[in-house]
Amino acid sequence: MSAPQLLVHENKDTVGVVVVEGLKAGTDMLCVVTHDNSAFNMTAKMDVPIGHKIALADIKAGDTVWKYGQDIGIAKSDIAKGEHVHIHNMKTKRW
Amino acid sequence: MSEVIMFHAESAPNPFKGGAPDQFVTRATPAARASEDYVNATFRGWRRENGRVGVRNHVVILPLDDLSNSACEAVAAHVKGTLALPHAYGRLQFGADLDLYFRTLIGIGSNPNVAAVVVIGIEDQWTNIIVEGIAKTGKPVVGFGIEGNGDIATIARASYEAKRFVQWANELPPETCSISDLWVSTKCGESDTTTGLSSCPTVGNMYDKLIPRGIYGVFGETSEITGAEHLCKARAASPEVAEKWFKIWKSYQDDVIEAHKTNDLSDSQPTKGNIAGGLTTIEEKALGNLEKIGRECTFIDALEPAEAPAKGPGLYYMDTSSAAAECVTLMAAAGYVIHTFPTGQGNVIGNPIVPVIKISGNPRTIRTMGEHIDVDVSGVLRREMTIPEAGDALIDMIVRTANGRLTAAESLGHREFVMTKLYRSA
Repeated sequence: MSAPQLLVHENKDTVGVVVVEGLKAGTDMLCVVTHDNSAFNMTAKMDVPIGHKIALADIKAGDTVWKYGQDIGIAKSDIAKGEHVHIHNMKTKRW
Repeated sequence: MSEVIMFHAESAPNPFKGGAPDQFVTRATPAARASEDYVNATFRGWRRENGRVGVRNHVVILPLDDLSNSACEAVAAHVKGTLALPHAYGRLQFGADLDLYFRTLIGIGSNPNVAAVVVIGIEDQWTNIIVEGIAKTGKPVVGFGIEGNGDIATIARASYEAKRFVQWANELPPETCSISDLWVSTKCGESDTTTGLSSCPTVGNMYDKLIPRGIYGVFGETSEITGAEHLCKARAASPEVAEKWFKIWKSYQDDVIEAHKTNDLSDSQPTKGNIAGGLTTIEEKALGNLEKIGRECTFIDALEPAEAPAKGPGLYYMDTSSAAAECVTLMAAAGYVIHTFPTGQGNVIGNPIVPVIKISGNPRTIRTMGEHIDVDVSGVLRREMTIPEAGDALIDMIVRTANGRLTAAESLGHREFVMTKLYRSA
């Protein structure tokens, strides 16, 4: 298998992690789910740094964001599939 | 600047998959991989008077208090092969905070990586508490008080003993020990999303393989379990241990976070480094953090800070800060002899008496600061390396470290010795 640009922990997740440096908007990414090694392709809509997250589907403001098959917080605004997900558009539900 | 080549190292292909990215390897490097048969893996260590096994052979000059740092550093500068451990505390502490301070100092002196100890304090009484505590292990220990003598006479008297100790310790023969004699701690730092994908599950895989072989393990970081507390509680070995653990976690939430919080743990969780690395919430950070305990291990007790485990081999939880140097110091004080430290963005921490093995899967960190990394698991992100292969690479590095290979942190002189303080002094 060639090296993926995006890794996803679980099939339930709504975000994946960029694992290459210098990812550019428009890249057709090979995405791999580490849980079962299943793969799919998706286009990055933005330049996203290594280690940062990309939405795997359209996420509405107020939706729970899933990673590791777990609730990791809530979307603060609408996030389109392929967009960067970070502190500007999501937060913990705890505080 | 041109590079002048003074000599040619005889280099050979690295026999260790995932081995340190910047290390010379020659044909003389032992190529045996402990992970090929970790059931029967051995290393050369020092079995101490109490039966515990150390992987280093330090003679420590231990200050009772901040005032005694100067004398300890003078002795260590004078007597080669000794190690002073300067620190900031030890005056006017009381109650549980004083108990923790004594437990930490006695624990550091008692650690099997330490062959012998010279304690220097401003006065005799508390100095003797430390000396008597360390003496219970049976190892050589002696104490000196400064009051009534002054620094110079104390340094002279302590230097005579330190010289005797170091020459005795240097002749102690290491013996062949089983991998099951190892106590291996873990804590991650400068985490990012790559730690949860690669370096933390590497440590978890190591524990899944070695805990059943009879090693002692420990994880902690009470504040960084927040967000994965439901998963952590479910990994306790019994309902009683789960309740004991939950009480520690809840008390931290109520007494520390609720009392002092602003919006998001005062912007400390996640840290600025975590956020730069792509971690957005405390939940996301905690879920990655908890990957360090693997898939199969359960923890058999929840320890106080610096408390030595007493329920036999297995995985333990310890109530610690998530600050790297404090956490590693507490685990060293509990008797752990090797620390495994996953990092994403590149934490450079070390410890004076315990070798700290750094594991990273972040290719940018390997590229920009590879000299700090002992195990490179960036192949996991490229799907060139599986988590079980990464776990094997870590087991290889643990055994190489036990056999005397200096870790990146040791060779770069990282000796962060930081005591945890529970509240301000009187």
